[in-house]
Amino acid sequence: MPPATAPMAVNAAAQLGPVLEVRNLVKHYPIKSGLFAEERVVHALDGVTLSLGPAETLAVVGESGCGKSTLARCIMRLEEPTSGSVLLKGADITHVHRRALRPLRRHMQIVFQDPYASLNPRWSIASLVGDPIRLHGLAAGTARRRRVAELLETVGLGAEFLDRYPHELSGGQRQRVAIARALAMQPEVIICDEPVSALDVSIQAQVINLLKRLQKEFAIAYIFISHDLSLVKHISDRVAVMYLGEIVELADTHAVRERVMHPYSEALFSATPLADPHAAASKKRIILAGDVPSPVNPPSGCRFHTRCPYRKDVCTEKVPELRPIEGRLVRCHFAGEPGFPPAMPASGQVKKGVPG
Amino acid sequence: MTGPTPVLEIEGLSVEFRTARGVVRAVDDLSFSIGEGETVGLVGESGSGKSTAALALLRLVSDPPGRITAGRVRLDGRELLSLSDPQIRKVRGRQVAMIFQDPMMALNPVFTVERQIGEVLRLHLGLSKREIFAEVVELLRLVGVPAPEERARQYPHNLSGGMRQRVMIAMALACRPRLLIADEPTTALDVTVQAQVLELIQSLKEKLGMAVLLITHNLGIVAETAHRVVVMYTGQKVEEGTVTEIFDDPRHPYTRGLLEAAKWEGAEGGALREIPGVVPSPFEMPKGCSFHPRCGDVIPRCRQALPLLADVAPGRPVRCFVAQGDV
Repeated sequence: MPPATAPMAVNAAAQLGPVLEVRNLVKHYPIKSGLFAEERVVHALDGVTLSLGPAETLAVVGESGCGKSTLARCIMRLEEPTSGSVLLKGADITHVHRRALRPLRRHMQIVFQDPYASLNPRWSIASLVGDPIRLHGLAAGTARRRRVAELLETVGLGAEFLDRYPHELSGGQRQRVAIARALAMQPEVIICDEPVSALDVSIQAQVINLLKRLQKEFAIAYIFISHDLSLVKHISDRVAVMYLGEIVELADTHAVRERVMHPYSEALFSATPLADPHAAASKKRIILAGDVPSPVNPPSGCRFHTRCPYRKDVCTEKVPELRPIEGRLVRCHFAGEPGFPPAMPASGQVKKGVPG
Repeated sequence: MTGPTPVLEIEGLSVEFRTARGVVRAVDDLSFSIGEGETVGLVGESGSGKSTAALALLRLVSDPPGRITAGRVRLDGRELLSLSDPQIRKVRGRQVAMIFQDPMMALNPVFTVERQIGEVLRLHLGLSKREIFAEVVELLRLVGVPAPEERARQYPHNLSGGMRQRVMIAMALACRPRLLIADEPTTALDVTVQAQVLELIQSLKEKLGMAVLLITHNLGIVAETAHRVVVMYTGQKVEEGTVTEIFDDPRHPYTRGLLEAAKWEGAEGGALREIPGVVPSPFEMPKGCSFHPRCGDVIPRCRQALPLLADVAPGRPVRCFVAQGDV
């Protein structure tokens, strides 16, 4: 591993290792409620560790408030992590000065959920996509315009879009522009934060197919943040399930398709509606009680214990480690025991789905 | 067409909007019905006219620019479109209730939960103050709000998204309506909370024997909760059937495309089946079938003539020349 003091040595050196590593990343937001009130913190991220291989897709799933978007923002250094480190191609970028960050950003780009909010409405498509090229001094004038046209072509938009403005485009076309803009730097990593959830159903598949094609063509690795678990099963190589700022399960997607081992993953996957009335009728559905607890005061012991249908005494007292079980990582005291998670807990919170 | 007695019958409903660029037909000759205790899923993408249709049933489309140009809407046999304004106001909230996607928009931020729900009870049932509090607590308990006495005194901002949605459902159910219109009721919620809310609507429907019109773009939700499905595209019904008929044997190419998109269908690791193109602008409606520019099954006739709805099997109207075998 290269020393953390050589952040500029981001090049071919670590080609075979992971393109991106996140080590024990913590982000706490302090909240002050009054002059003499004791300072409290929102535990947005609590010790997240993961790595991303070249041209790999790692999905990060979880409900709102689980920290998945904070993770994306900390990786991009749009937020300063409280502790922990982010390594891009082996080089620690966690403490790199803002100005030194710009050349590094070439390697890592982000595509946001809402293409209506992420594109400046006053800029033409040519300037939106050409801006990163201008900032990095890669091309100017007609060369830049030619490059932008090429990028638009790559994402399935013709050169006729060059002089249009975002309001003239549909949601799907805007997201293509956002992707073209990310591609302008030929990044190795793109963080996709819910890239299709604001789009119409019939358009989502178009954008997903585009992302997959680009991955193949340019060997781009994705961190794919999503709450759509059926999409995640389709697009990703590995899945990280997050709950209240922590990873609770990290596994290969094909293993996840067979079964999940953490009770929260189980509840999350079982709550996802399936577009198949027969499967819906026979599937085991777990309805969790209550909402996600406040990240200001995460529950003691296992953070999921307040909603877990299989809770035992140890869960409220002892913090479970993220430990390897059968080729995956799971943060649960009982995972890996035969017959866990059980099909029917004693509390009877598991219900058979009722069609119609 | 439906087994149980129809609670809602819609026939030939058309809604137009007059805009600076011309007249747009948002809902075009829409017909369907919902029986007692039945859930009908109204499915379509943004701009398909599904929400406008729901608003039109309660005459909530503002005129101008909107206008209901044709059709009949009957609730328990009573025609709604010809009612006077005070009469239709009594129907809204009392016999037909509506819940929306964003509970924060539908709840008044300066009123307590008790006041929000109590308003409906005062207006429609004329209950006294004490009776109202007792009923509000009862309703909150019914929709599964813990500590209902305390929650009743809180404001919407004190509640989580799931709790707000429950309060809105409690408000909708206050007068035990005959028909509940749920317009994307869980789109703003997380999946685990979505499961709670859908389960709640389901059990309340059974308890109260309501008819439910579920408007959504999420076919997973439809598969899990609806009995029958009406698919809309550019303001028109393109297909109708029972939930198993629609999911096992979709006849309209648009329905097939939506199903494939919802299942993320395609070879593993391979490309997904996609519906090419975009929903046409209402000002640039293609000639003939409005879906033909995106359709894989298109035949010359689709470009020239508008297909009418015709049954391809008993109770299975489909708006497609190819599906009708009229090649």
